[in-house]
Amino acid sequence: MSEIIRFKLNGTPVTLDTNADRRLLWVLRTDLELTGAKYGCGEGQCGSCTVIVDGRAVRSCQASLGSVQGKAVTTIEGLALDGKLHPLQQAFQEHGALQCGYCTPGMIMNAYGVLLRHPNPTREQIVQGMQPNLCRCGAHTRIIRAIEVAAGRNGGSHD
Amino acid sequence: MTELTRMDRREFVTLLGGGIVVVVTVPFESLWDALDQQGRQRGYPEDINAYLHIAQDGKVTLYSGKIEMGQGVMTSLSQMAAEELGVSLDAVHIIMGDTAACPWDMGTFGSLTTRVFGPAVRAAAAQARLILTDLAARRLGVARDGLTVENGVVYVTAAPSRRASYGELANGQRITHTVDQKAVLRAVREFGVMGRSPRRLDGIEKVTGAAKYAGDIRLPGMLYARVLRSPAHGATLQRMDASAVAAMRDVTVVSEDGLVAVLSADPETAERALKLVRAEFDDPALAVNTETIFDHLVRSGGTPNTPEAAGDLAAGQRLCTRTYDVTYYNGYVAHAPIEPHTAVAEVKDGKATVWSSTQGPFSQQATIAREIGFPPEDVRVITPYVGGGFGGKMAGLQAVEAARLAKFTGKPVQVAWTRAEEFFYDSFRPAAVVKIVSGVDGEGRLALWDYQVYGAGARGSDVFYDVPNRSVRVYGEWGRAPDGMHPFAVGPWRAPAANTNRFAAEQQIDMMALGAGVDPLEFRLKNTKDPRMLGVLQAVAKAYGWKPAPSPSRTGRGRGVACGIDAGTYVAHVADVTVDLQTGKIAVERVVCAQDMGVVVNPDGARMQMEGCITMGLGYALSEEVRFEGRRVLDESFATYQLPRFSWVPAIETVLVSNDGLSPQGGGEPAIINMGAVIANAVFDATGARMRRLPMTPERVLAEIRRI
Repeated sequence: MSEIIRFKLNGTPVTLDTNADRRLLWVLRTDLELTGAKYGCGEGQCGSCTVIVDGRAVRSCQASLGSVQGKAVTTIEGLALDGKLHPLQQAFQEHGALQCGYCTPGMIMNAYGVLLRHPNPTREQIVQGMQPNLCRCGAHTRIIRAIEVAAGRNGGSHD
Repeated sequence: MTELTRMDRREFVTLLGGGIVVVVTVPFESLWDALDQQGRQRGYPEDINAYLHIAQDGKVTLYSGKIEMGQGVMTSLSQMAAEELGVSLDAVHIIMGDTAACPWDMGTFGSLTTRVFGPAVRAAAAQARLILTDLAARRLGVARDGLTVENGVVYVTAAPSRRASYGELANGQRITHTVDQKAVLRAVREFGVMGRSPRRLDGIEKVTGAAKYAGDIRLPGMLYARVLRSPAHGATLQRMDASAVAAMRDVTVVSEDGLVAVLSADPETAERALKLVRAEFDDPALAVNTETIFDHLVRSGGTPNTPEAAGDLAAGQRLCTRTYDVTYYNGYVAHAPIEPHTAVAEVKDGKATVWSSTQGPFSQQATIAREIGFPPEDVRVITPYVGGGFGGKMAGLQAVEAARLAKFTGKPVQVAWTRAEEFFYDSFRPAAVVKIVSGVDGEGRLALWDYQVYGAGARGSDVFYDVPNRSVRVYGEWGRAPDGMHPFAVGPWRAPAANTNRFAAEQQIDMMALGAGVDPLEFRLKNTKDPRMLGVLQAVAKAYGWKPAPSPSRTGRGRGVACGIDAGTYVAHVADVTVDLQTGKIAVERVVCAQDMGVVVNPDGARMQMEGCITMGLGYALSEEVRFEGRRVLDESFATYQLPRFSWVPAIETVLVSNDGLSPQGGGEPAIINMGAVIANAVFDATGARMRRLPMTPERVLAEIRRI
């Protein structure tokens, strides 16, 4: 059933007239043409589809479009500000915290969520926070290092 | 390259605008002397224009049939071209895996990119540099040896203001020039771009979400397809009823030659439609499962290949003061890349274009052409970034499905496998059995090595220890296994067969060391004369701080050592583990890895691959096993098939053993081959229990502890 869904996407208001039961991941990847969030399992088991909804990391393959009504959604495409990489993006790039890159948007968005909860995280908080996300190439040690570095840079915020 | 595709590529070059076209008279194959695996099929082209294009503005385009799936070769190949050509790294742009633009390649596997394609790139770039220098010599009226090349500019060494850039030398014209001389590759001491660790060239696109994978390709009018799947391998469709789908708007049903699919402009609509298709399949019962497969493998082994045979096994047996007769096992393992197999196909005006997540764009081109009845030159395969392959993305069934559906519907079609499809259609790392009878003489020297492997293959079974009486027999090499040996497809999985073979061989060596009362590291050093093996063993021991100690400690904490050779690279590991004696759970605390890979093109890139191998190796060692009943695959999600996670990852230290006298060797696979063995040896030290079966799950560890 079609209805009007309004939310903020990467800072810009969007209005969609569509079925609210659709998964957020597929609405992002089709109607909204943002392909940074990836399908990896469709069951919330791998984290490749992670986006931020009102300050929390969410599996967009599990979230319905209706669940973001009136909320703010940030995807990997919205993380850099005015062409300046977010400290997490910068640290992932500098420390080679990626290989095939397919899980990377989800890793960065999940890490963003971890830093919102723990602006000065311990290593254990990073490990536990990232535990639900899967990387098959084995970039884990560098991902942890990159998050530590980004956290050290102003708690991982742009300012 | 066929004449036709060669012409196509020239047209492509023309589109880029003027540039240099050079012809060499030296036979191209003589320019490098690498192991030419391609030669058995098709060689790399002789024309250096197949690899390089230099535009008027000096920008260099490098064409690579090898693809980027995380190994970092986009960066390392660009470094090789920049180094030999004499340009900065940022002047090089690389196009990878586009069959319409890149030189033919057999596929990206076997850690061959740096070893075999790398020398071709370096030779082509060095030759281009020589030709450009010769052009500059004529223009500047100076002999070649009076010129210097720097950052794409050739200048008179004694008068640097007299210069010509590569772009100027091209002058927007098509230039044909010949040099009757073979270019000399740059020596390691001259390296300015190779041997360094620039940031990954794919990094920015990958951290911003801009990187495009096959599933990110969007074409006007594109349909998302979901394909009807059988519940078991070998099952055939008996009855099918898609009438319930007819009620859905905007859904197309295709049933053609065994391919049944529903298509919609919305992927979730296609998914719902597929659930409405009623289908009955026959059930091809097969009485084999996760536990009984091992007897089945041995029974169906057929006649072995014998890659190694020397001395006399019976004589060796008589020399032994003690023999060890042990059998090792491992189950099937999935590739499980986070990006499932995906392809987008468009068929227009009698030509097909397919964007595919593949390790083998050229083999896909041939397969797709055959399946849709097109000549190969009318099929173009483009390889965007590939989200992990590990050997599992060669066959390309998804691209064939997309191409068939695109041809049938006349619309662009995306086929993206679900995670369950990915598990079901994967070509698994084969289950295997290894039987070893070995022994040492009274001097603590190896006297006997009788090695039989069923189901896996020969790779990694090489006997680099000094054993006078030895035999290696291989039953059912993957890819050539007897019919019916495996209940479903098997294929290459990162360092195929080597993980199986090192798991068995390096435990056997440990056992003999213990029996001889010799420290396991010392025993290895004593029983091989291979200088590269001695080098990595000594390097890993030093980095770890190894000192002889009584083993097993049985304290719940242990350490292990293991070594091997893969893809021309020598590699040794030491690992620390703790084992919870109540639960059997293994935690790997620290892994030190030393690797001799010849000249290192990109040290940080090499370390990334070593770390990736070590981390991925935790999975097959500790948790990964595809369970099955007959020809049904029971694991179909990450909920039951456990990949390594952040909390499992040990402290990792990597050591690159300097060997600049040897051309670059493989880097993507070697450091995974010892992971099963090094953990098993450490578990033995910690508990006194021998783990003869992979994966080493807590239940199996407990069972072995109780057997002591």
